[in-house]
Amino acid sequence: MMARHKRLLMVFGILAGVGLAAWLGTQAFRSNVMFFFDPTQIAAGEAPADKRFRLGGMVEKGSVQKTPGTLDIHFLVTDFKHTVPVSYSGILPDLFREGQGVVAHGRMRSGTFVADEILAKHDEKYMPPEVAKSLKDNPPPPNVATGT
Amino acid sequence: MIPELGQFALVLALLLSGAQAYFGLWGAHRANPRFMAVVRPAVAGHFVLVSTAMAVLIYAFVNFDFSVLYVASNSNSALPTFYRVAALWGAHEGSLLLWGWILALWTLAVAMFSRNLPPSFASRVIGVLGIVSFCFLLFTLYTSNPFERLPVEQIPADGRDLNPVLQDPALAIHPPLLYTGYVGFAVAFAFACAAMLEGKLDQAWARWTRPWTTLAWCFLSVGIALGSWWAYYELGWGGYWFWDPVENASFMPWLVGTALIHSLAVTEKRGLFKSWTLLLAILAFSLSLLGTFLVRSGVLVSVHSFAADPERGMFILAFLVLMIGGALTLYSWRAPLLKSPAGFDGISREAFLLYNNIALVLAALVVFIGTLAPLVNDALGMQSISVGPGWFTRTFPFIALALVVLVSIGIHSAWKRGKLSDSRRRLGIGLVVALVVGLAISLGAYGPGKWLSIIGVVLGVWVIVSSLFDPIDRLRRRLSLSRAVIGMTIAHLGLGVCVIAISTVESYTIERDVALGAGETVALGRYAYRFDSLQPIEGPNYDGVRAQVTVLRDGKPLTVLHPEKRNYWVQRSTMTEAGIHSRWNMDLFAALGEDLQGGRWSVRAQLRPLIDYVWLAAGLMALGGGIAASDRRYRARQAAEAAATANTGTAEAT
Repeated sequence: MMARHKRLLMVFGILAGVGLAAWLGTQAFRSNVMFFFDPTQIAAGEAPADKRFRLGGMVEKGSVQKTPGTLDIHFLVTDFKHTVPVSYSGILPDLFREGQGVVAHGRMRSGTFVADEILAKHDEKYMPPEVAKSLKDNPPPPNVATGT
Repeated sequence: MIPELGQFALVLALLLSGAQAYFGLWGAHRANPRFMAVVRPAVAGHFVLVSTAMAVLIYAFVNFDFSVLYVASNSNSALPTFYRVAALWGAHEGSLLLWGWILALWTLAVAMFSRNLPPSFASRVIGVLGIVSFCFLLFTLYTSNPFERLPVEQIPADGRDLNPVLQDPALAIHPPLLYTGYVGFAVAFAFACAAMLEGKLDQAWARWTRPWTTLAWCFLSVGIALGSWWAYYELGWGGYWFWDPVENASFMPWLVGTALIHSLAVTEKRGLFKSWTLLLAILAFSLSLLGTFLVRSGVLVSVHSFAADPERGMFILAFLVLMIGGALTLYSWRAPLLKSPAGFDGISREAFLLYNNIALVLAALVVFIGTLAPLVNDALGMQSISVGPGWFTRTFPFIALALVVLVSIGIHSAWKRGKLSDSRRRLGIGLVVALVVGLAISLGAYGPGKWLSIIGVVLGVWVIVSSLFDPIDRLRRRLSLSRAVIGMTIAHLGLGVCVIAISTVESYTIERDVALGAGETVALGRYAYRFDSLQPIEGPNYDGVRAQVTVLRDGKPLTVLHPEKRNYWVQRSTMTEAGIHSRWNMDLFAALGEDLQGGRWSVRAQLRPLIDYVWLAAGLMALGGGIAASDRRYRARQAAEAAATANTGTAEAT
């Protein structure tokens, strides 16, 4: 009787432990998953207002504004249909350039995407896959894509 | 003409690996000694041919043969000779050739050192390796031929240069070491498949498999550490691990490989965990292949991934399905036949090694989920997601620390039926020392930090103290220490050092991204960085600027850092060279951001305590593994037991 009781307790304990671990794991996963949105989706109001997400697109040519002597930078991210203003304060990756692909992590604040991380990868031809896909799904008018 | 020679050699090598697989597996199946006798010459020929292909490609690189597309894409007349050779594995096609060559090398080693094994078993092992070779060479020739020529009118006057991030000594040797580790698990995989085909898995099998697996694991450890070190100083990220998908791709086979090493120990000593060991061997190699797949097919967004090519992706996927699917089918058919003879107690050494295996596999699973969830989501056509580093940092440390506790306790347990009360004294002393020293390090030397880090430092000290008890005790009693024990102790010391270092870095790093003009300083605790000046520099294939940053401690100059920003001409890309000063207890790190106009630059200033010990720890683990793998009993007993098996074999036959 005693042994059975003990074993029951142990099984219950293991189950509780596994359950707790699974619950904590799910929570950790949920709070760290970031969804991707392009400027068109943001213009359509699909992006969350209160959650961090990934914004991807091309840095619009001629849109980068730096405040001299500080780390503050403003630029526009475009998918050639809509644009989103982005603000960032920090060190930009080496390959951040106008007219090239970029992915930013951050959240929307009164119409501006406040980024806390900017990614641009080590390849000149690089375009973030999500950006490439959203450009492929909604091809830009040719005069815009090749213009400027 | 010469590049075609390389391609021709590769085609012949493909045919020979087919022969190696056929004669090895079929010959063993039919017990045909004449078939099996073909296997070793085939391996030698295969190695010579793949080496020829490698030599041809190196020749093309060194002699600027830009008629070869791969050379034209990854080399340049201004590139120094050392990097022209290293450029061989600078991109997709050459890396595959390197992979194939390393596999040929491992196979050759197996063929040479397996003469003492039962002939049918050795022949099956080499046969399975032949299948892997065949698939890989087919993939190389069919989708990614490094010898592809450009039409005469398209031959460029000069090459497009090696990606500048790869022009670095650590990175030049990182891929070969990493691949040696990856591919080395193919040997463990082949041993597992051969055992399943034979339908026989005994303690002798584990003894044959162990040194190979441990050696592969050592190379993988060093390879991963080198890659991490490179990202630290060359990418200017300033850190040791970023949960980048490609880092994770190499970490998963390492975690499972670590589990495999420990599970093999149980199989060798006690004849237990047989089917679990087989499963881990299959899993470790599968994850190595998956790692190659993730990096090479470009499905993952990362600094490492090269151009995306769906055809290649599909081919590797088919390869993966064939290898993993085939092995798992074999496993489901054969594994139930393998019975483990004896039971064991809940606190015996076997049990602790089982818990350790569970923790390691769980850790690998966590990394797997975080790395592949975005891919799975994409494949299912759902909204594109990414998993932030927070997922890893909120799960992995807990599993890792649980593992460390298990090691510290389990190290005192005995085989079969341990009683922890026997080692109560050691446990007590170890824990007290760990608490005193650990708290002294974390709170005394650094002050209050994250509670998880303080626990980490204490547990790290605990592992170190725990793993020293047994060797010291043996020395005191004037008993000799076997290489296996020395190796294990060093590797566990490495684990302790690693945990202490990571805990300290995570909690006590000071980092600031600031805008600095000439003469301005930024304070980092007791230290301060003063931006002095900026000079133009010129290298063989780049120009740029070098800053002079003086580090002050308590207001007095301590050292000078020279971070650089380089513009590589050919690819017109910008590179960051961090300025790092390593002291025994910390790294002083500065990297240049960009010109902010108005005479100021953005500067990444960091102070990272004990960060070098993370890589040192990986070196210790690899060293320990190497010493353990060279233990005399593997060679001595191997010969004796092979003779014994051969005798019983003939006895049964007659």
